[in-house]
Amino acid sequence: MDALYPSAAISMVEILERLGHRVLCPDSLVCCGQPAFNSGYWDQARAVAQPVLESLQEAEAIVIGSGSCGAMLKVFYPQLFDKTPQKEMACNVAARTWEFSSFLVDKLGVTDLGAAFPHRVTFHDGCHGLRELGLKQPPRTLLRSVRGLELLEMKEAETCCGFGGAFSAKFPMISSAMGDVKCHSALETGAEYMVSNDSSCLMHLQGLLSRQGKSLKTMHLAEVLNCVKKN
Amino acid sequence: MSFASEFMDRARVVASNLRHRQIIRTALGNYEMARDRRKATYQDWQGARQLAAETKWEAINHLDHYLLDFSNRLEARGTKVHWASNASQARDIILSIVQQKQARSVIKSKAMTAEEIHLNEALEKAGLKVVESDLGELIVQLRRETPYHIVFPSMHLTREEISALFEKELGSAPTLDPEELTMIARRVLRGKYLTADIGITGGNFAVAETGMVSITENEGNARLTAALPKTMITLLGIEKIIPRLDDLALFLPMLATMGAGQALTGYNTLYGGPRQPGELDGPEEWHVVLLDNHRTELLADGEQRDALHCIRCGACLNVCPIFRNVGGHTYGTTYSGPIGSVITPHLRGLQDWKHLSGASSLCGACTETCPVKIDLHHHLLQNRRNAAQERPDNLEEAAFGVFGWFTRRPAAWKTVRSILQKIQPLTRRFQKKPWHPAKPWTQTRDLPVLPSESFRDWWKNRPKTSKHD
Repeated sequence: MDALYPSAAISMVEILERLGHRVLCPDSLVCCGQPAFNSGYWDQARAVAQPVLESLQEAEAIVIGSGSCGAMLKVFYPQLFDKTPQKEMACNVAARTWEFSSFLVDKLGVTDLGAAFPHRVTFHDGCHGLRELGLKQPPRTLLRSVRGLELLEMKEAETCCGFGGAFSAKFPMISSAMGDVKCHSALETGAEYMVSNDSSCLMHLQGLLSRQGKSLKTMHLAEVLNCVKKN
Repeated sequence: MSFASEFMDRARVVASNLRHRQIIRTALGNYEMARDRRKATYQDWQGARQLAAETKWEAINHLDHYLLDFSNRLEARGTKVHWASNASQARDIILSIVQQKQARSVIKSKAMTAEEIHLNEALEKAGLKVVESDLGELIVQLRRETPYHIVFPSMHLTREEISALFEKELGSAPTLDPEELTMIARRVLRGKYLTADIGITGGNFAVAETGMVSITENEGNARLTAALPKTMITLLGIEKIIPRLDDLALFLPMLATMGAGQALTGYNTLYGGPRQPGELDGPEEWHVVLLDNHRTELLADGEQRDALHCIRCGACLNVCPIFRNVGGHTYGTTYSGPIGSVITPHLRGLQDWKHLSGASSLCGACTETCPVKIDLHHHLLQNRRNAAQERPDNLEEAAFGVFGWFTRRPAAWKTVRSILQKIQPLTRRFQKKPWHPAKPWTQTRDLPVLPSESFRDWWKNRPKTSKHD
């Protein structure tokens, strides 16, 4: 989100600040370590995750704009640091970690951010957000209160898009076939935008859609929710 | 060629085969509708799953005790129980029974454990004629193929293909009527039951309490396989144990629901022993072969022991987007799909089969659907970890090391990003070229656009007044 999708991260900061929160973003927060973790290199994953863990000790709440990275902190850090001196720290961080839409809806009780986005939108459930964190409703609750937005459910909303991190490069033919199935399902709805709370899924899907010359655009949930009249 | 490169080659072909994709999608679309209708009739589906998982947990964690109960009770009614540590022992046991009976022909009902030990090849090599009596299995046998799917062995074939196959192999007239196709197979099979010397079956559940084998089927072929030949042999993985007869009240409907979207499978039969004095039918001799074949090693793995809960319903295959796109044969294993990717490294060697654990987006649809709550997709992660710990890939290990170095040095990371940003017009312009360094990505996908300002740049440069830190 830092390098490729800054506007999604900026939207998150602006939304959280509008709601009156003080947002911190220490320089040491770079990557959660999931790529190495998922590939089986847990020592290397811990080396990446350790500074993240340490710099999150002060935060009241840790808000992440990705179901996948969110699941890494919330579900997998306690496993990754199991039987290490950082176990307690990891469990502690996990307990304070929220995926962005869940933080707004489940923690803050905010469902209407005053956004307007007069377009047809379909929502893609990132698998980690959906199945590791169990977040089916929060993003939809937020999208339903956006003015002018028409939410169209696709048949394969819960089917994996095929990104899967290193999987997408190691098994590109399977990954692309899965992405095709997903894009086809999204296109069937007649939506103009495919929205998700995971930039990595969207990077893969947008890559396929652009290559195939499709006009369907992908957009991060936070960007949609940040479509407000600014003072 | 390694198993991994064979997998890659087959996956490449099948994943881009739109006809295959459509056939599987249609078949599984029907399955999903039927399954969901059945699931909706449960008062508490999640509660049923929990109970099933706990029951299998109890069985697997007391396997020593329940297996002995099971075998003692079977033996008390005259069944001969054999213990096979591995595939070759199991084959030898079955071959020696067959030879002792001077058998010439064998009729078989569907058994994945028989596929696992390559029983048909061994029997044929010994000069026996082996006929599969399950329709789907017969079809793949006539095609000299392995089953495509644990439950639906010939789901990858259309009626046209089956008709043409029957025409060629059985000399029947072409027809696209599924009922007529079934009748053709039935006519051929009826004669085989009567002439077979031995009937070989698998089993779905082994009831410890009563010493019985429960077999579930839709065609009645397993009943005939068990009832007509004089000798019956049943091959069972040791994980098939359930503690009590009552447990079937949960497992039979659950297997039917998740396996084929049925309330109950057509025929559910309990076998308690060979023909007893005064009984009119049933085999004169019954041999039950209990197969370990690395299952006890899986039992010793505390993390993945729950993989032995599997009731082979195939539900995880049906929801798996990898399976749906690469198909069953691509795996090159007896058990395909998520459960196959989890257990094959345990059954046949981690280093040879670790690629199956890598070939997953870890989406978790398998774990979500599994009726006995096997933590399938997390086991794939554990297989990856175990494989990398045992024998790390030097390049990959180094790459993650370098990546880690950069994450701890924001300035260096920033430099890399700005170089990539500067050369972006070139990397994007040539992204369709086969020599592009990011070819695995760019072959089918455009590269994402790297904006000139990163989030960090924005964060540092934004007006001080709005900064809270």
